[in-house]
Amino acid sequence: MISLNDLLVLLPELYLTAAACLVLLFDVFINDDQRDATHWVGIIVMLVAIFLVIHGQPPQTVTAFGGMFVRDHMAEILKVTVLIATILMFVMARPWLKDRKLFIGEFYSLSMFSVLGVMLLVSAGSLITLYLGLELFSLPAFALVALNRESKLSSEAAIKFFVLGALASGLLLFGMSLIYGATGTLDLHRIFASVGTTPHPHLLQFGLVFLVVGIGFEFGAVPFHMWLPDVYEGAPTPVAMYISAVPKLAAVGLAYRLLQVGLGPLAGDWHMMLAIMAALSLAVGNVVAIAQANFKRMLAYSTISHMGFVFLGLANPTPEGYASALFYAVCFALMETVAFGVILALARKGFECEMIDDLKGLNRRSPWFAGMMAIAMFSLAGIPPLWGFAAKVLVLKSAIDGGMLWLAIVAIIFSIVGLFYYLRVVKVMYFDAPDEAAEPLAAKTDPALRWLLSINGLGLIAMIGFSGVLYAWCQAAFGA
Amino acid sequence: MTTWPILSVLIWLPCLGAILVLLAGNARPRLARWLSLAFTVITFAISLWMLFQYHEGPGGFQMQEKLRWIPGINTSYHLGVDGIAVALIVLTAFVSILVVAGAWEVIKDRVHQYMAAMLVLDGLLIGVFCAMDALLFYLFFEAILIPMFFLIGAWGGPRRVYATLKFFIYTFFGSIFFLIGLLYMYHRAGTFDLPTLWNFPFTMQEQSWLFFSFLIAFAVKTPMVPVHTWLPDAHVEAPTGGSVILAAIMLKVGTYGFIRFSLPILPDASQHFAWLIIVLSLIAIIYIGYVALVQPDMKKLVAYSSIAHMGFVTLGMFIVYMLARQLHDIQMAQLGVQGAVVQMISHGFVSGALFTCIGVMYDRLHTREISAYGGLAKVMPWFAAFWVLFAMANTGLPGTSGFVGEFMVILSSFTANPWIALFAAYSLIIGAGYTLWLIKRIVWGTAPTQKAASMPEINTREGLVLGAFAVAVLAMGVWPWPLMHLMDSSVAQLVTHLMTSKV
Repeated sequence: MISLNDLLVLLPELYLTAAACLVLLFDVFINDDQRDATHWVGIIVMLVAIFLVIHGQPPQTVTAFGGMFVRDHMAEILKVTVLIATILMFVMARPWLKDRKLFIGEFYSLSMFSVLGVMLLVSAGSLITLYLGLELFSLPAFALVALNRESKLSSEAAIKFFVLGALASGLLLFGMSLIYGATGTLDLHRIFASVGTTPHPHLLQFGLVFLVVGIGFEFGAVPFHMWLPDVYEGAPTPVAMYISAVPKLAAVGLAYRLLQVGLGPLAGDWHMMLAIMAALSLAVGNVVAIAQANFKRMLAYSTISHMGFVFLGLANPTPEGYASALFYAVCFALMETVAFGVILALARKGFECEMIDDLKGLNRRSPWFAGMMAIAMFSLAGIPPLWGFAAKVLVLKSAIDGGMLWLAIVAIIFSIVGLFYYLRVVKVMYFDAPDEAAEPLAAKTDPALRWLLSINGLGLIAMIGFSGVLYAWCQAAFGA
Repeated sequence: MTTWPILSVLIWLPCLGAILVLLAGNARPRLARWLSLAFTVITFAISLWMLFQYHEGPGGFQMQEKLRWIPGINTSYHLGVDGIAVALIVLTAFVSILVVAGAWEVIKDRVHQYMAAMLVLDGLLIGVFCAMDALLFYLFFEAILIPMFFLIGAWGGPRRVYATLKFFIYTFFGSIFFLIGLLYMYHRAGTFDLPTLWNFPFTMQEQSWLFFSFLIAFAVKTPMVPVHTWLPDAHVEAPTGGSVILAAIMLKVGTYGFIRFSLPILPDASQHFAWLIIVLSLIAIIYIGYVALVQPDMKKLVAYSSIAHMGFVTLGMFIVYMLARQLHDIQMAQLGVQGAVVQMISHGFVSGALFTCIGVMYDRLHTREISAYGGLAKVMPWFAAFWVLFAMANTGLPGTSGFVGEFMVILSSFTANPWIALFAAYSLIIGAGYTLWLIKRIVWGTAPTQKAASMPEINTREGLVLGAFAVAVLAMGVWPWPLMHLMDSSVAQLVTHLMTSKV
């Protein structure tokens, strides 16, 4: 029986479903000149969703629909961050989309459905809701990557993303079916309870491997990272920004739900798998990023290495470890929005500003955006006093507390390697002279973009002071 | 006791100044200059106020401030100063004024960004000396790389990009192991608070590992042989102001780290590996002295001489163990540490002054080759007088600040082992060798070219900057008592702490 209470627990998701459908309808009835209305409605919808998520959050974990849906603090943090990242994307994408005649209503409704998928995914209490959320998130994302139909690169990226994404969810589904076979239930808590008593422990472990592979795909961790650079490069820049921030947050939720809530007793098996993926991601991501000339590809490899850092936290299966991984993912998402935001601010019609050399001498041409980009780069490199440093310290700490000093040392050695390519971007912006034939930058940037980007960028400095508050919130989410 | 957070003001006031200077923009260089001068002067005034607020008698850490930062990992915004830190903070604030004044007309391009970087450096360096929380210390320790990176990279010489990347990656490489060490200490002790860590009983094996993780960081920063190779490159390519800050203050951050971390947290490992540091220090003093002798480039020469002088500092710090623990000569041990700190301060003034002198010459001829200069005594008599004074201080002539620290270190090492003292004292000869030879080539003789013969005499601004350095060097040399008195009890407390074994 569906009770009213169940619906109330699900209110933000129900609201967003309705709102996304309405936005889709609304957009049909306006002409192209009035498209700004869709834009603002989209932003207001997201703001209201944030309000509903935070305002209706019960102090204790509550479940709905017989445990299919869980509303806890972890889901709250992830949902809020995803919604904020999406609002940032909406605001920063508008001038870019307008310049390229891609300013269409579908962009907004697809993004909303995708976000809805993430919200379901991170709140999933059973394998079914989990898979449902994942698919609902992925399918609109594939379409978003292909938003620019004219571009071959975009279509290629979308096909790659789709094929590999389908493969990954197939593997995940296969793993889930094995788990179901071994435990006879789809409910994550019941799976947890029956891990010890199952007559088929090997089947369970076999299924676990597939789940870890699926999670690895979602994160883009080595050796399941192949899709990431191509998608970043091919996707329209605003969508690349979305792909760089939102799925990573979703993946943290996915990993926690599956591995801890569902298969927590098997932590001894999976934490080493994650540790190995962490080490490989750190190595491959950081080393290959050095060789990139395309800024978006460089950010893709940098993302891969950062996923290694997130795994550093997850590989310590304690509340502290999860809290640090969650902290890292939140921090990472908001660093990426700055890096991509600067690119969006500088790009204009016919000029994507996506090569590292396009940033040459940026300090002389646009000192403010150069400053924002420098903040993002130093933060990604984990240099204090920027936010990325706090995140790095927390995951390193949790790795050391988890007895994996070796992994922490691997991480820092490759972060020295990684430092080089972040510094190279700063070098290009500040120490190189602009080319004579350099493409002129956009004459003036959209004020909303400029303001939001500035707040986001300066926030990376300010947040170091408030790291304690956020970390306490993350800790509370896992009952530490 | 003060009621307002004087240390926080010292740290954040220059940073606030940096924001205002940046807002002044590229179009208003005059405003940027005056603003930065105002902020450095106010910071210096507050640092003097702090100096008078500090009570030498009881020693210990005073003017403490503690705010919650990340309670989840037990780290806090904890500041406090003892006598050693007070001296270094005043030094930092003092040198910052001279650096801003020294760059007045010299920096023409993007003045606001240059000045802002200097102000941020000023604040962050003061932060390093105030921090009483290990993670906070690390934050400042590492953050100073960012403004320095920009200073060298944007206003440096022809190979500035190479030098600044080398500088950044080299020091980052060192300090990241320090971070792992800190996290390991947290893992064991459950806090980043320094006073707790000082008393935490780490086992000998842990101490040894931690010792090396700290050593990498501080040795790179100091720099000690064999990880000194970034320094000559960085100095040669850095603009004058960058070199002055680098030599006068940033190098002290490394040795200050030894005082705050290695010595008190890991007394037993420090004792066990003291021989290693002493040997490395002696190599720095002698070998690097010879290296300095053959440099054709003035800045490189002074850079190498800096490394040799920092050798005295590390020697003075680690000789303590032989004196205090083996010979039980507490007084000599205190003399050694005190000598090391005096040497730190004195080297701050002397090397800062020397790099300023080189900058003055570079502004006129745009070369740092020693052979391009000559006959300064005739061409620029006032300037030549300053040169000779600072050169004498660099060789450690009695009556200048250079003498005091070196003499104290040599005296205490003589008590520990006459051989060590012999090698250390040998540096006085080499130091005199390379410095006097430099003076002979550039101050005496005749100018090699017409251009070198017609260099204009220093102007009032340059005279004031060099004069301020000269006053400091002479005052410290003639009457070092106030400085020694300032840190007497702090050094005594440190040495007493070192006496107790943790294992």
